[in-house]
Amino acid sequence: MHIGLQHYLAVSMILFCLGLLGVILRRNLVVIYMSLELMLNAANLALVSFSRFNNKLDGQVLVFFIITVAAAEVAVGLALIVALYRKRQSAHVEDLTSMKL
Amino acid sequence: MKHELFPWLILFLPLLSAAVITLFTLRNKTVSSLISIGAVVTGFALTCLFLSTNTFHPTVTETTVNWLAIGNLSIDFGLKLDALSLMMMLIVTGVGGAIHVYSYGYMHDDRSMARFFASMSLFTFSMLGIVLANNFVMMFIFWELVGVSSYLLIGFWFEKPSAGDAAKKAFITNRLGDFGFLLGILMVWSLLGSLNFGVLNGIVTANPAALGCGATLAGLLVFCGAMGKSAQFPLHVWLPDAMEGPTPVSALIHAATMVAAGVYMLCRTLFLYDHAALQVIAYIGGFTALLAALMAVQQNDIKRIIAYSTLSQLGYMVMAVGLSGPTTAMFHLTTHSFFKALLFLSAGSVIIGMHHEQDIWQMGNLRKKMPLTFLTFFIGALALCGVPPFSGFYSKDAILALALEEKNYLLFGVAVFVAALTTFYTFRLFFVVFFGQEKSKEAAHAHESPLVITLPLVALAVLSVVGGFIGVTNYYGYQFGATHASLTVLEQLTHPFHDVFPMLCGLGAVVIGLFLAFTFYKNAATDPLPAKLGALSRWMANRFYFDELYEATVIRFHDLLATASDWFDRWIIEGVYIGLIRGGTDLSGRALRLVQTGNLQTYAFLFVFGVALLLYFVLVK
Repeated sequence: MHIGLQHYLAVSMILFCLGLLGVILRRNLVVIYMSLELMLNAANLALVSFSRFNNKLDGQVLVFFIITVAAAEVAVGLALIVALYRKRQSAHVEDLTSMKL
Repeated sequence: MKHELFPWLILFLPLLSAAVITLFTLRNKTVSSLISIGAVVTGFALTCLFLSTNTFHPTVTETTVNWLAIGNLSIDFGLKLDALSLMMMLIVTGVGGAIHVYSYGYMHDDRSMARFFASMSLFTFSMLGIVLANNFVMMFIFWELVGVSSYLLIGFWFEKPSAGDAAKKAFITNRLGDFGFLLGILMVWSLLGSLNFGVLNGIVTANPAALGCGATLAGLLVFCGAMGKSAQFPLHVWLPDAMEGPTPVSALIHAATMVAAGVYMLCRTLFLYDHAALQVIAYIGGFTALLAALMAVQQNDIKRIIAYSTLSQLGYMVMAVGLSGPTTAMFHLTTHSFFKALLFLSAGSVIIGMHHEQDIWQMGNLRKKMPLTFLTFFIGALALCGVPPFSGFYSKDAILALALEEKNYLLFGVAVFVAALTTFYTFRLFFVVFFGQEKSKEAAHAHESPLVITLPLVALAVLSVVGGFIGVTNYYGYQFGATHASLTVLEQLTHPFHDVFPMLCGLGAVVIGLFLAFTFYKNAATDPLPAKLGALSRWMANRFYFDELYEATVIRFHDLLATASDWFDRWIIEGVYIGLIRGGTDLSGRALRLVQTGNLQTYAFLFVFGVALLLYFVLVK
C-alpha cells in the first residue's frame, strides 16, 4: 500500500482529537497539560508532512518555532501547576473555579 | 489715531482687576478694593487722555480683531469709537469711579468686601464691553455678562433669602427680554447678512426697505432686549426688587449704567426701527413712566422710591427714543446718571446714618444731623424734578419739547403729568426724611457719614448742577446729525427758552407737585394719602398688583408646565425607556451569567465547539 499525505494527515487528526478529548475530559491538570502537548505535536506532524510532500521547508521552520514555544510554555505552565498545588493542595480542575463571578 | 491701544486698555483693566482679586487677594479687603478702584479710575483718566488727543471724533472709529469665521458669518471683536460710545465711557468710568470710591466707605465693615469689588470690576468690564461693541454678537455677549454681574451683586448678601430671590428674579426677567433680543439679532442677520452696526447702518440707509415686511417685527424683537435691561413695562418688575443689593450697586447698576444700557442700545441701533416700531417704543416708554411714577407715590422704603423714580425716568428716555430723539434720550440718560447716582448714594449715606433702617417713616429731621447729605440730596432732588438751572431741567425740557414737536399730544400730556408726580414723590421723600420730627431713636442719633462717602457725593452733586449746559447735547448732536451748530455754555443755559410752552408746562408741573408735597408732608408723622385716596393708594402701594398678576398667570402656567414635564420625565422617560432598557439589560445579564461556570473544561469545550462551528461554515457551506 502506498502511504501518501492523507495517511499522515489522518494520523495527525487522530492525535489532535485524542488530545482534545484529553483536555476536555480529564480532570488532572498535569494530564490536561500532556494532552495539550499532544495537540501541538499533531499540528507539528501535519506541518512536517506538508513540508515533505510539497518539497518546501516553510512547514519545518514553523515546526521549530512550535517546539521552542512549547518548551517555554511547558516551563512556565509546570511552574504554575506546582505553585497552584502548593497553595491549594490539589491539581484537579473542579477545585479551580475562582474564575467564576 | 493717537493712543489707539487706550480703548483696549480701558476695557480690559477692570477684567484684569476682577481676575487678580478673585485669584490672589480675596482675603485682603484693602488691597482688593484699591485694585478695583484703581482700575476704574485709571480707565477714567485714560478715557480723558484719549479724548484730549482725539476729541470725540477719532479718525479711526473702529479697531477690530477677527474673532471667528464660519462660512459667510464672520464675527469681529471690535471697539467702536464715536461720540456716543465715548460719552458713555466717560459716564461709566466717571460715575462708576465715584461710586467705587463711595463703596470703599460704604462696604468697609462687610466681611466679603473683596468679593464685592471683584463683582464691581466684572460689571464695569461688561458695561464697557456693551458700550464699545461694534456688532450685535459682541454686544449680546457683554449684555449677558452684565446680567450675570448684576445677578452676583444683587445677591451679594445671599444669606438673606429675599436678596437671593431678587437676584434670581432680576436675572430671569432679563433673560426673557434677552430671548427676544437674540431672536431679533438672528432675524437682522438673516435679513441683512451682517451683524456689524456700521455695515447694517450703511445697508439700511442705502435701502430703507432692506428689512422688508419684517422690519417692525425685527425692531420690536431687538427692543425686547432693551425692555428687559431698561426695565420697561411689562418686564419692569425686577428693578424695585433689585434694591436688595448694597446701595452702591443700586446706584451704579440700577440707576446710572446697566439700566441705561437698553436706551444706549436703542440709540446705537436706531436705524433698525421703522415708524411703527418707534410708535410702540414711545408708548411703552410713556406708559412705564406713568405707571412707575404712580407706584412711587405710595412706597415707604427710601431705596424703592428712588428705584421707581428710576423706572419712570427710563420710561422718559425710551419715550424720547421712540419719538426719534436719540440726542434727547442720551442727554437725559447722561444727566439722569449724574443725579440718580447722587440720589442713591445720598440715600445710602442716610441708610448708614440710620444704621440700615430704610423706612422713611422711621426717619425725620435729618437735615440737622447730616447737613452735607441733606444738601447733596436736595441738589439731586431738584435736578430730578427739573428745576432750572439743574441738569434734569434741561434734559426733561428737551423731552417735553420733543413730544410737542412730534405733535404727540397724548405723550406730551403724560410726560407733564409724570413730571408733576416726580416732584410730588421726590419731595414727599425729601420732607419726610429731612424735615419734621425724629420718628425713631435711630433718627435722633443719626450722624454724618465719613469723608470717603461724602466726597463722591459732592463730585456728583457738582455734575448734577452743571450737567445740563456743559455741552453734552453737542457731542450727542454730532453723532445723530445735529439740527443746529454746537452751542456755547451760555446758549445752552438759555436754550430751552426757545420753546416756551413746554418749558412752562414742565415748570408748572414742578410747582404743583412741590406745592402738594409741601401741604401734605411738611410736618407729617404718618402718610395722609391712604385716607384721601382709598383704594387707589392701596393699588399704588402694591405696585398695581403686577407681581401678584404675574404670580397668578405666568408663574402658575410655568408651574403647570413644570409639573407636566416632571410627570413625563418620571413615568415616560424613566418608567418606560429607562425601566425597559435597564431592566432588559439586567435580565440578559443575569441569563448570560449562568454561562460563566468557572470550570476550565467547560470553557475549553465551548471554545472547541465554536471553532468547529466556524470551520463548518467556512469549509462546508
